[in-house]
Amino acid sequence: MSGFAFPPGLILLFGGLLLPFFGATGRRVIVLGLPLVTLWAVWSVPDGPALTARLLEYDIVLVEGDRLSRLFGTIFAIMAAAGGLFALGNARTIELCAAMVYAGASIGVIFAGDLITLFVFWELMAVGSTLVLWSAGTITAYRASMRYLAIHLLGGVVLMAGIAAWAASTGEIEFGRMTEALSGGGLKAAGAWMILAGFVLNAGAPPLSAWLPDAYPEASPSGMVTLSAFTTKTAVYVLIVGFAGTELLIWVGLYMIFYGIVYALLENDMRRILAYSIVNQVGFMVTGIGIGTAMALNGSAAHAFTHIIYKALLLMSAGAVLHMTGRRKCSDLGGLIQTMPLTATCGIIGALSISSFPLTSGFISKSMIAQGALDQHLAFVWFALAAASAGVFLHAGIKFPWFVFFQKDSGLRPPEPPMGMRVAMVIFAALCIILGVAPGMLYEILPAPVDYVPYTGEHVVAQLQLLLFSGLAFFALLPLMKRTLTISLDWDWFYRRLGPILASAVGNVILSADRTFRAAFLALLRRGLDEVKTYSGPDSVAARSWTTAAMVLCAVIALGLYLILLYA
Amino acid sequence: MNDQRHWLYRPENIRKLWRWGFGILAASVLAQLVFAVHGHFGMDDWFGFNAVYGFLACTGMVLFAKLLGVLVKRDDTYYQDASDKSGGEQ
Repeated sequence: MSGFAFPPGLILLFGGLLLPFFGATGRRVIVLGLPLVTLWAVWSVPDGPALTARLLEYDIVLVEGDRLSRLFGTIFAIMAAAGGLFALGNARTIELCAAMVYAGASIGVIFAGDLITLFVFWELMAVGSTLVLWSAGTITAYRASMRYLAIHLLGGVVLMAGIAAWAASTGEIEFGRMTEALSGGGLKAAGAWMILAGFVLNAGAPPLSAWLPDAYPEASPSGMVTLSAFTTKTAVYVLIVGFAGTELLIWVGLYMIFYGIVYALLENDMRRILAYSIVNQVGFMVTGIGIGTAMALNGSAAHAFTHIIYKALLLMSAGAVLHMTGRRKCSDLGGLIQTMPLTATCGIIGALSISSFPLTSGFISKSMIAQGALDQHLAFVWFALAAASAGVFLHAGIKFPWFVFFQKDSGLRPPEPPMGMRVAMVIFAALCIILGVAPGMLYEILPAPVDYVPYTGEHVVAQLQLLLFSGLAFFALLPLMKRTLTISLDWDWFYRRLGPILASAVGNVILSADRTFRAAFLALLRRGLDEVKTYSGPDSVAARSWTTAAMVLCAVIALGLYLILLYA
Repeated sequence: MNDQRHWLYRPENIRKLWRWGFGILAASVLAQLVFAVHGHFGMDDWFGFNAVYGFLACTGMVLFAKLLGVLVKRDDTYYQDASDKSGGEQ
């Protein structure tokens, strides 16, 4: 026990619940002020357990701090403030409330010291994010939010089962490293695997990665900015704590990286492009976690930090375009730089950052993950990451700004977005550059001491060559990337198409079996009734009226038989 | 009307941009003469490796995406039709 701290997550969580009871000015103060209070609370959390309670026979650790949790808490608080600023005046109040609850719950997960606290906040996150999606107010958003919720509740059930198995087999619920338990046996290993499955589902890992590009782009312009930050990065945090060095995660991460690139290349909707690129970027982090060295883990944590900023910036830029034009498809957009130069510039800064251009934030974080692979002599992983870096520039770095702000002139002449949106974009664009130019600020708060210099002549030249020539490839292959009015089938086809088809097929089989059975049963019943009718109906033998003589004859025969039986 | 066009959309500027682009590409490779770039695994230790690798990797990914597209691309109303048919929640 090393001190006391108020749970930082609860500040935003309760703030979000109280928000509707305030007027416009009060809301503004809450939405912008409470993240700053949260930031203070995050930095006042000491190392080690800081708030404990007893629940049944378990020790609950509501708040536990270390360098990693403070790093994630910091960026989540910054994101809540910028997301709020972007949303204020444009989003519905319910979205602002839900976004705050969602951000608060994510911070709750980050500071949870035990699995039960973690689980409670994990589920609150699912509820908060579903409400953010839902508050877009369209029927497509509603449907997407229901699919999103179903997948996340499924993940929650798997996680809960894993936690129960873990608690039953180890007798404790402390949340810590579980990597070694995976290779063991019995209930403990089963628990660890289920917890891992629950975690990676939220990271957007295969096969259930489609929930992300399916749901996020249906949110409101500000809703998707908020959604992009918390769920996947909370997953990155819990994977770093629980499963660092799990080799499987290297391959899961690489799959996510290339899945994101290829699907983004096929995509026409600008916000779906950016959604696929979230999976792609989280793939880099997951790969780093799989490598598991201090360098790679620092890289993953740093990349989560910088990614939240530049991805939010990209989505703010796309959100501003959507807000001003009402259009999302690349085939409907183009030439917007003419009237939205600020939005375009901010989008381009975000695009350069995601592509890890020197002097931007992505350069100083992503290269640490690659360095982690290099230090471990993982040649295949290194080359894959280099190819992926080029691919990021291709699918997000050029494709997004090119099709939205340049290419053919769509004839659209929308003005710049409202002030709040512009200020939020400029702040995040500035952060991308500041972190890229002065990486020491971020390196200082990373979990492990940093022994890495990103800016060497060799590294800068190699990276520039890689990126610039992938840019050349983009323009050389532009005819192959003609926008089409299509979507690309993903694993979600199995539950959105095959599932319903199978369900209706099975339903039809049951229906026809039921129909046949009923028909056969009714026929049998009818035959039985006919028999009864034949022998006991109004015209049957039994129902006929008898003459007195016949009656007497029957009585005589009966008495005769009786006599014979008596003396026989 | 041509004179009113944004400078990025004037043909003479587009040609200029292409020239600048190729200049920057060449400069990035020639910079290797000043800042020595060493490979890490032997097979990548030759002049301009990163430029070639970046270009080929992207070409590969675009072609792969194109091939995969044949399999997985559907009309963008694909799922809407399905939910409309079943009546949906509306």
